[in-house]
Formats: sequence, structure tokens, C-alpha cells
Amino acid sequence: MIFSIASRELRTLFLSPLAWSILAVLQFILAYLFLTQIETFTSFQAQLATIDNAPGITDIIVLPLFGNASIILLLVTPLLTMRLVSEERRNKTLSLLLSAPLSGTEIILGKFFGILGMLMLIVALISLMPISLIVGGELDWGKFACNILALSLLVAAFASIGLYMSCIASHPTIAAICSFGLLLLLWILDWTAGIKGQESEVFHYLSILKHFQNIQSGLLNTVDISYFLLFIGTFLILSIRRLENDRLQK
Amino acid sequence: MTTLLIEAKNLSRYYDNHCAVDDVSFSLEKGEVLGFLGPNGAGKTTTMQMLCGNLAPSAGEIRINGFDLLDQPKLAKQCLGYLPDIPPLYKELTVTEFLEYCGRLHGLSFRQITAAVNLAKARCGLHDVAERLIINLSKGYQQRVGIAQAILHTPEIIILDEPTVGLDPIQIKEIRSLIKELGSEHGIILSTHILSEVQESCSHVQIINQGKLILKETINGLNQRMNTGTIKVVTRSAINHHSFSDISSINSIENTSDTHYLIHHDSNNSPIELVAKIIVDSGCGLLELSPVKQSMEDIFISLTSKQTEEETA
Repeated sequence: MIFSIASRELRTLFLSPLAWSILAVLQFILAYLFLTQIETFTSFQAQLATIDNAPGITDIIVLPLFGNASIILLLVTPLLTMRLVSEERRNKTLSLLLSAPLSGTEIILGKFFGILGMLMLIVALISLMPISLIVGGELDWGKFACNILALSLLVAAFASIGLYMSCIASHPTIAAICSFGLLLLLWILDWTAGIKGQESEVFHYLSILKHFQNIQSGLLNTVDISYFLLFIGTFLILSIRRLENDRLQK
Repeated sequence: MTTLLIEAKNLSRYYDNHCAVDDVSFSLEKGEVLGFLGPNGAGKTTTMQMLCGNLAPSAGEIRINGFDLLDQPKLAKQCLGYLPDIPPLYKELTVTEFLEYCGRLHGLSFRQITAAVNLAKARCGLHDVAERLIINLSKGYQQRVGIAQAILHTPEIIILDEPTVGLDPIQIKEIRSLIKELGSEHGIILSTHILSEVQESCSHVQIINQGKLILKETINGLNQRMNTGTIKVVTRSAINHHSFSDISSINSIENTSDTHYLIHHDSNNSPIELVAKIIVDSGCGLLELSPVKQSMEDIFISLTSKQTEEETA
């Protein structure tokens, strides 16, 4: 059941030019950034060789690439998630799902996994770029895997917020603006920590960026993983509640 | 005793303070085609949405095929096919793709889906447009896809909200015969504000106005009610109403203009002869005397306006 909804969601994305254009633009921009990172690496290569324990190709190319990808995805995910529920509500197609023998959980999970499929495709395409480097060098596979994991968890978190906002908002654009705002806020929350004497443990913990960077650096910590899982879980549950609430009032 | 397909008890629904449906109870048995009739904003759609689990009732209880809609929503919804007032179509899919998706949502197996989709397409005459995108179809065809979606999984109960809107007369005829055909093995509720449609395709009729159920009848009962007759009378000069007061079967007399009258009377015993005699005797000059066949529209209007009058009184 969940799979049926998810696969339809994914199909419809690719039936419109939206998914294709997002994939194309993302790939183009990230490929360009990837190229500049390689350029940087090659220019420093001679100096790096002289240093003991110098940062490798993974640190110099993969880390910034995934870092940049995370920021671009922060902009892109709201565009993908905005239509999930709010457009169905506008087009009155939601009643098809509501009168079918489906629970709210199945509907929300179906939508979530549908969009996650799309985002995972993006992550996979990004991961292909560093893999191309093994033609001429060595990758730190552990760190590379950590980067993929970090980015996957991050986009899943983005998707869950976007889905929730789409459940709340009556119009897709509003959903996109709200989820973008919330994501950006969670992203920059950590910045106050930079000001002396203003550090806040709570903000530090809440910031997505910090947890993302921790995993990215190859430091697999239960705190970071569970932060993301809790984050995703919370917004999925909120979405389910919100959808069921639809029946009560209009 | 057979289990009732739908059992709705004391349904009410409020939107903030506005009461859309007020204490409505009814039931539906297998083989019945129940017509839900009412003016715009009467609460037809709200009632249907509640039956299909799209809206939670503010008060009351709904049992679908013996399953409570709140306690066992999945089992209850398994027996339902619903066509909302705006057909819920994913317009970027083709007709076949869309129907297959609907089949999967209702938990049909892969084999069942192919058979069910073919049957639904045949029943709704969709074979010619099966591979076209829904967005490119005309309104009538989209409506047909909506109906196909509702009957796809052969549910025990089919709920159709204004199924013939936007169809041409031939299609309306086809849909009506389809409803009749389905009605023999399923229970059907359909809403409409077109009275002839109820007459054509329903076995029972329910009239709802301002959220209240004001009439529940079989079609035969309704037709009987419709026999209350009216006579149109035109005379040369005005006549005194009191001259008719002796005729017991006359209910009321209405002046449409100075010398035009509408005489409402009981159907069982027509006063035409007596009326003619009185007018001729009075010497007012009988110019025209003809029975007026009362349509369902008249009953409908008289029932709905009576209720409004009672309320304002």
C-alpha cells in the first residue's frame, strides 16, 4: 500500500518537467563545484606531498562537495515536497486516498518514501562524482560512506519538514516558503554559538548543521544519528496527526 | 434479517457554528438505490463525505456493512466506492494507469486489477480513451473515469455525488442504466438536485433541506404524492372563491391573475366536473379548464418551502 503511493508519487514527479529540471540543474552546479575542488587539489598537490599526515583527496574534494550539496538541497527540497499534500487537497484528489481503505500513517509514509526515492536518486548522482576519482587516486571509503549517510539523513529530515508544511499549508507556494524558512532557521541556529558568551547548549543541539558535519567528518555518533531519526519521526507523526485532523474540521 | 449496508444514526455536522447536517438518520439495504435530493447547500455533500470517512461527524454513528466507520475504518472503507462532487483524478496519468492505481489502493491483487480495470472501462465506456491522459479528456469523460474509479473494486456500497453532472443526454442515459444495473447487486446512494433523475433511477428518495431530512419515501410513495392534482381555470370575469367551499376535495385556490386560477385538490377524487358546473352556473364564463400535471419539482418546492415557512413562523 505504502509502496503503491510512493511509486505513484515518484512517477508523477517524473511526468512533469520539475524533477528533470531539478536533476539537471543540480547536477550541473555540483559538477562545476566538483571541478573547482579538483582544481584546488591539483594546485596544492605538490605542497601537500611534503606535509606528513596531509589531508587526502577525500577531505579536500568529497567533504566540500557534500557540504555544498547540502546547502543546495536545502533550497531544492522544499520545491519537491511542497505539492505532496497541499496540491492534492486543492485538486480534491485527497478524498480518493481518504475514502480508500488506508490509514493516515500509510498515506503519509507513502508520500514520504516517494519523495525520499527522488532525493536518494539525487544523492546517488552526487556520489557518482567522487567515485569517478578512483580512476586516478584512492578514496577513503569509510569517510565517503559517512558522507553519503550524512547527506541521506539530512535530505530525509528536509523531506519530513517539507511534508509537514505541505500538510499544513493550503497552497504549495506557502508550504515551500514555510519549509524553506524553518530549514534555514535550523541551519543557522548554530551561528549564535560563534558569539562569545552567547553559546547556548540547546541551540547547539538543535542545529542541523552541527550534526550533519559531525557525521560528515567520519565521526559516527549515536547522538547525531538519533537526532536525525527523532527529527524525521517527529515531523512524520505531526504530519499524520495533521492529516487526520483534516477530517475533524474544515 | 439482512445486515444493513449503511446505518447512519443521528448524524450531525457543524462547521464552526453553522450547522450543515442536523440529526439525520437513515439506512440503506442491498438492492436499494437511494436518491439524495436537496437544493444547493442542503448538506448532501457533507452527509456523503461523512459516510465515506472524509469528514468526521460532530455527533452520531455510522455503520458500513456492519463495521463502525470510526472503530474499523479500513474494513468499512473496503466496502465503499465513492465519487465526490469533483472527481478525484490524477490528471497527469492515463485512464488505465489511474484505474490501476485505484485498484492497488483498494488492495486488489495484480490479477484482479487487470480484470477489474477492464470491466470498469467497459461499463463506463472508456475503452476508446483508455490510453489518453486524463487531463486531455472532456468533462464528461472525466466524470466517467470518476464513476469507473468508484465501481472498480465492486464495493457493496457505491456513493455517487451528482454523477450525471457535465454529461450529455446520451451519456446520462447510459449512466442511469448502469446505475440500475449496479443497483440490483449493490446498494447505491446518489445525490442530485435534478428530480427527474431520482424518478428515473432510484428506488428510494430522501429529501434533505437545510441539514434536515424532510422526506423519506419509496419512489412509488412519492409518485403517489405527486398525484395531488391541480386544475387550471380561466374565466371571463372573476368568480368568488366561496362558491367552491362546498367541494371537500379542494385544498386551496390560487389566483395567478384576475381571471386565472389554480385549484389544488386531492388526487383520489377529482372535482373537475363540480368546478365546471359551478362556474357555468355562476355565469362567469368558463374559458379554459385543464388539469395540470404536477411534477416532482412542485413537490420538492412545496416541501422545502413549507419547512422554511415553519421555521420562520
